[in-house]
Amino acid sequence: MSAFDVNENVSPINFKEVLQPSPFQSRIDEYGIVQEWMSWNGYKTARVFDTLASEYFAIRSTCGVMDLTPMEKYRISGPDALTYLNRLVTRDITLLKPNRVTYVIWCNDEGKVLDDGTVFHLQNGDYRLCSQHHQLDWLLLSSLGFDVTIEKETHDVAALAVQGPTSCAALMEAGLVDIDRLKPFDIGYMTLNGMELMISRTGFTGDLGYEVWTHPDRALDLWDLIFSVKEQGLFDIRPTGLGALDMVRIEAGFIMPGDDFNTAETAVRADRVRSPYELGLAWLVDLEKPYFTGKQALIAENREPAKQRLVRLVVEGNKPPTDAFLYDQKGGSRIGTIKSCVWSPILKTNVALADIEFQKGSVPIEIWAEIYYQKELEWRATWVRCNISKKPFWAHPRSSITPPQKF
Amino acid sequence: MTKPVSVVLVGGGHNGLICATYLAKSGFDVQILEARESVGGGASSIKFGGDYTVSGLAHILYGLNTKVCKDLGLDISALKSSEPLNTISLQLDENHITLGLESVSGKTISLKDQQAYRTFKREFRGYAEALEPLMMNTPPRLKDMDRKDKFTLAKLGWSLRFGLGAKSMREFLRVGGINIYDVLNEVFDSSALKGAVSFDAVLGQHMGPRTPNTVLTYLQRLWGECQDAQMIPKGGMGKISEILEKAAIDAGVKIRTGVKVKKICVADGHSDGVVLESGEHVEASIVVSNADAKTTLLDLVGAPQLDAMFCNRVNSIRQNGDVAKLHFALNDLPNFKGLSPQDLQHRLIVAPDMRYVEHAFNHSKYGEFSQHPVLEIIIPTIGDSASAPEGHHIMSISASFAPYDLKGGWSDSRRAFLNRVIETIDQYAPNFSSSIVTSDLLTPLDIEEQYNIAGGHWHHGELSIDQSFMMRPVHGSAQYQTPIKGLYLCGAATHPGGGITGMPGHNAAQRILSSGDLG
Repeated sequence: MSAFDVNENVSPINFKEVLQPSPFQSRIDEYGIVQEWMSWNGYKTARVFDTLASEYFAIRSTCGVMDLTPMEKYRISGPDALTYLNRLVTRDITLLKPNRVTYVIWCNDEGKVLDDGTVFHLQNGDYRLCSQHHQLDWLLLSSLGFDVTIEKETHDVAALAVQGPTSCAALMEAGLVDIDRLKPFDIGYMTLNGMELMISRTGFTGDLGYEVWTHPDRALDLWDLIFSVKEQGLFDIRPTGLGALDMVRIEAGFIMPGDDFNTAETAVRADRVRSPYELGLAWLVDLEKPYFTGKQALIAENREPAKQRLVRLVVEGNKPPTDAFLYDQKGGSRIGTIKSCVWSPILKTNVALADIEFQKGSVPIEIWAEIYYQKELEWRATWVRCNISKKPFWAHPRSSITPPQKF
Repeated sequence: MTKPVSVVLVGGGHNGLICATYLAKSGFDVQILEARESVGGGASSIKFGGDYTVSGLAHILYGLNTKVCKDLGLDISALKSSEPLNTISLQLDENHITLGLESVSGKTISLKDQQAYRTFKREFRGYAEALEPLMMNTPPRLKDMDRKDKFTLAKLGWSLRFGLGAKSMREFLRVGGINIYDVLNEVFDSSALKGAVSFDAVLGQHMGPRTPNTVLTYLQRLWGECQDAQMIPKGGMGKISEILEKAAIDAGVKIRTGVKVKKICVADGHSDGVVLESGEHVEASIVVSNADAKTTLLDLVGAPQLDAMFCNRVNSIRQNGDVAKLHFALNDLPNFKGLSPQDLQHRLIVAPDMRYVEHAFNHSKYGEFSQHPVLEIIIPTIGDSASAPEGHHIMSISASFAPYDLKGGWSDSRRAFLNRVIETIDQYAPNFSSSIVTSDLLTPLDIEEQYNIAGGHWHHGELSIDQSFMMRPVHGSAQYQTPIKGLYLCGAATHPGGGITGMPGHNAAQRILSSGDLG
């Protein structure tokens, strides 16, 4: 069982800089004119490059480019890679064909969600697991009894998310011909100007978009190649920060572990953890597939009425319900809280993800939010109705059409 | 009557035999699959050096449970020697001391120590007896308790408070979790006496007298004393297994030997039988494993059928053995200085003082064996001349501490270890080495291989507090159950642990019968 020999070279740069630079850092620094930095998995990442609105609309109306390098990436290989992954996650990975990507979650023994991410079935039979949070310890711990190698490759792969209605056209203009053939969740490969590229039609925006992966040594070449299209005046392409990403992911109804629910590993209080059912992710749980960690607990939980659920809410009025409590009627009993919310510029409404208590396993008939807001430093309160949205707030048909339309 | 359903037992150690007999007596169709050529496991006799027969692993019986004997009609009185078995602690200055159930004698033992020993043994046996409700029952869950769990806890509370009385209970709660070293220093003056008692507290464990928890292991040993006096069974421990085997067969248990189980089959979280090395599939409604928890869950069931963290808990069970077993065939009775030939029918120990024991243990912490091993020596041929050719003798030794994961491996160090044991005994019995005809050494690695116990630990896991009661073998698999429905554990890996007691087998059978899995 040599799976526990962790061989991670600690970069000496960690001791010189608090935040680690990305391979795209010189370009990011150049574009980041407001200098609004934050840490994403220890990397120096821009929240905003120039203005939040222009970045948001780049993603929704033209083309936004975001550095994906800080996302945790793990290479999973070896004879038992498939059975290992299938025991790890709640979805049936045997159905994942080569050169395809799927969205997954994984649970602890008690069936509570540890994190979410994507599994890439790579060209040579290896898999890549991308996750929101650091997961190496859990991945190694789960490898007991499997002939599998798990390598953290976060630092070894540079990636850019290119998202928005013109992303396909812009990338094709940059020389990534044939990407219009990729269906959602497909993976393609090409060599361009000596750069080995992997392109997946994936993203976190709910819109048309691609993720382009390459070696860190060629990171700047890739950036320059994409932005050369903008320089030719053909498409508006803008670097986008995590602020804009947070807006579009809420619109798309994507949850963020750690923001919308406590991950099982970090929760201290026993009732703060959440199962896939409680997160509205029952569609990701396959109780018919072979055993996976948490299955027994999930079978038991599935028999009981739901106690609480993370729901999508459309909130009336023009005040974002930041951190608001939710009630079963105006001035009634408290039944939940808002987790993430945003004023959606494109939908012209407030949308939110909220944790709601279910009474006797059913959705509350009415949901009201009590919203506190300031007007020129004076606090006010207002009551607004909230309505559960069964579908993602934003799901444009262009995101799934192949080949994508030209804009 | 319920329709017989088949139970398959993986392994026919003494607990497996006892569990099977209980189940068969309740009208179920039970089959034992034993990998070795005979049943009995650690309670077997073996032949070595041609004509010598000796207990293969366990060689002293202390506390085969009286309820089990009564329930199953086991009569072991014929194996008993007429004299009670004492312990003689050897001293280099020949001032050996003799420990009985409640008395201790020796030139160096003061009157005060003699009285203190009597008081100490009575007091501590009282504690051991107070734990009875816990020993003979499924250990109660602390979460989601059912009525039986609450009843067991209430009985335990009652037994501690009213069985012992307020003063003794307070004392029990004070010493329960600490080490034997501190306790013995409080009650005795004689270093020889302290050494001898501390020996019993650490025997079979990876623990020294100063290791916390050694009062608990001592109480577990005394629990055996509460059942019956300890004895060296005539004809070896295999005789006990023969009696158990006969009881099992009489109850209708089918026994197959020489068949090794390769896999426990699991379908939809439920075990439905086993696959043998030969490829044969044996179907069963429930599977009961006498094997240790690691072997059962990680090898036979396999990690892919279990939750990840649970597998890691099982993998982290401390179950590396620290005791070697040695057998010597002798052409002459060793002449122990200061002992008469009659004295040699008793249990001889080399644990002259607590420091000696602690220092021997220290080496094992770092993957070494001490140059001064701690020994438990018996010469079974004195009470039972049939086990060896005329005039010849056998010496059976449990030698501590012999770490499973010896630095540099055992293959290069076997000879050196054997020599250390021989030289140590020679100090007490100078003619010993010259009388050796042949010898046989079982390191924990050999025990692992020959007896199919991962780690080669006597008790299938340290008897430490964190691996006891409702946490034995691990939480999530206590109460003889496993996460796999219809798969039970019945061996020493379960509560209350190892030793030839029969209690895990008894408790597992009760648990299975009350589970409803057999209809």
